[in-house]
Amino acid sequence: MKKGLSFLIAAIWVTASWAATEPYGYPITDRWQATVIGTPKQLKADLPETIPIKKRRITIFEDREVPEPLWFDKDLRYFHALQKGPAPLIFLIAGTGVSYDGGKNNNMARAFYQAGFHVVSISSPTYMNFVVAASKTGVPGHVYRDAEDIYRVMERIWDKLQDKIEVTDFFVTGYSLGGLNTAFVTLLDEERQVFNFKKALLINPPVNLYNSISLLDRMLENIPGGIDNFDRFYIRLVEQIGKVYTRADSVNIDEEFIFRAFEAVNPDNEELAALIGVSFRITSANMAFTSDLMTNAGYIKPANMTFTKNTSPGDLETVAHRLGFTDFFHTYFYTHEKKLQPGITRQELADAMSLTEIEDYLKNSPKIEVMHNQDDIILEEGEIDFFPRVFGARAKIYPRGGHLGNMEYRDNVDHMVRVFTQ
Amino acid sequence: MNITLKKLLPHALVLLAVLTLGACSTAPVLPEGEEPLEPRFSADRVLIKETHTLDDEISDPWEGFNRSMYRFNYRFDKYVFLPAVNGYQFITPDFMQAGIYNFFRNIQDITTLINSILQLSPEKTANTTTRLVINSTIGILGFINVADDVPRSDEDFGQTLGHWGVGRGPYLVLPVLGPSSLRDGTGAIVDIIVIGRIRDAALDLETWQKWTWSILRAVDLRSHVAARYYESGTPFEYEWLRLLYTTKRELDIER
Repeated sequence: MKKGLSFLIAAIWVTASWAATEPYGYPITDRWQATVIGTPKQLKADLPETIPIKKRRITIFEDREVPEPLWFDKDLRYFHALQKGPAPLIFLIAGTGVSYDGGKNNNMARAFYQAGFHVVSISSPTYMNFVVAASKTGVPGHVYRDAEDIYRVMERIWDKLQDKIEVTDFFVTGYSLGGLNTAFVTLLDEERQVFNFKKALLINPPVNLYNSISLLDRMLENIPGGIDNFDRFYIRLVEQIGKVYTRADSVNIDEEFIFRAFEAVNPDNEELAALIGVSFRITSANMAFTSDLMTNAGYIKPANMTFTKNTSPGDLETVAHRLGFTDFFHTYFYTHEKKLQPGITRQELADAMSLTEIEDYLKNSPKIEVMHNQDDIILEEGEIDFFPRVFGARAKIYPRGGHLGNMEYRDNVDHMVRVFTQ
Repeated sequence: MNITLKKLLPHALVLLAVLTLGACSTAPVLPEGEEPLEPRFSADRVLIKETHTLDDEISDPWEGFNRSMYRFNYRFDKYVFLPAVNGYQFITPDFMQAGIYNFFRNIQDITTLINSILQLSPEKTANTTTRLVINSTIGILGFINVADDVPRSDEDFGQTLGHWGVGRGPYLVLPVLGPSSLRDGTGAIVDIIVIGRIRDAALDLETWQKWTWSILRAVDLRSHVAARYYESGTPFEYEWLRLLYTTKRELDIER
């Protein structure tokens, strides 16, 4: 009893002092809701509406042969926003399946541009355009090779920029899978020393990629009746959102509309998990099918079958959406890898695609920092402890926010920028 | 209008013929005499249950033509439309762009009014009439959107047909305008002709003025759509757009 009481007092004291020194105002306490809703408008960081973003295209491999249905993706797309005078330059790497022009990279670009950085934004190596235009093997997902692909892209872009701008220092950051990429790019830079990154920040990265993709695949089990009933799930969702839409006064589908739709539909956590699972499933289908077209390995498309510009994928599209990241890993990625490294086991390959693989480097490299959330949905139970253990004071762990839900929240944006300006 | 249409028609037909000829089969190609090799995950292996996909409900018998037209639209967008939009945004002051946008939205309200009446919707008719009257007078021919607080809807003849039970018919990718259906495409042409007639009855415009009107209208419209062809990051962009367009139109008809 006495023990219990003193524990309680101690707990209250710890919470109170924590609250007094560091009140964290991000309001959404549920990890699933945070992941889907993000940050309410009034709590977002104050960023400039527009910055001088210029979208560009660059040829990475002159002799690249692009399959006919992907004819439009021969060049890599990216954007830059440049300061007038000398300034530090920061590279941004997007998360799984997301382009250089996604919402999160745009927000990061605005924050860093405002803080006086040249900004260069790059798609995830898992994004279709990157796989087609910039992946040497056409098979994304290997942390070391992806890092080499990204590094090559950075060098090419820098070739184009170096006569135009003056750069004082180089920095790099990325979120989610882009965070994992950032770690391996920084490691590669130690060897190549083209940029000599002064600082790198990993935002909500996975610890072990295979663990995270397994979690994401499993989220689809929250669809009542499983993936076979995806269509019914979609129709129900459209019906519910449709009710809000058909009753709404105005016809603008904007942030406020989505918020109202969310309130009206009031999804439970299973539905939210299913929704997140669906969005990642679409990503994995895009990535796998694109890669299959590039390598002709006969994963989904029969190897001797050629798609023209007009070919309708038909059933193959449905098949692509039934397969998850883990199917990709076991039946495609591993097979491909075994040709390059005979004798490697699945377990060895899975273990290598992780931050634990380079734990010593991360531990002893003061230039690398991390920010993460205690309740991130892409981490297995306990995986979050990896960060304070390995990064020590260079890890900033927020008590909530789910997966990137708090990324636009004021404190988070402040911290993100401060990592590079202090 | 009629003269220009007559002049344009042969060109349009040639263009269509070229596109249709280019639009061959939508089937994949196999080396002669070969059967498809078994992929790791074949449809037979993965789709065990009888599958019914949403795509099955959308009729797309002209897919070959549609896909060719989709590519044509991409090129038109890249080499004509977007450069025009960029030039327009570069030379036109922001307040004028806003004015032109409001002007054409006000014209669009005429289409909405006609179709609200045809759909026998008192609420939309009343709201749209209020908007039109206020914006056309106090708003100086619609250049200022004074009636911003009055709910605005977009009703077109495709929706009116849908409202009275006409099915959407086959999916159709229109030149320049993009995703549509036989019903909605027909509706769009009717709306364009009706607005043209009303304009010509009200104003006495020279041919070059009519061209300016149409081009400005198109450029204004494009400058307010952020979407870019082939930048969605999916090899299934054509299918996704077909599904989302169809879903959205069904909802538009309901509202």
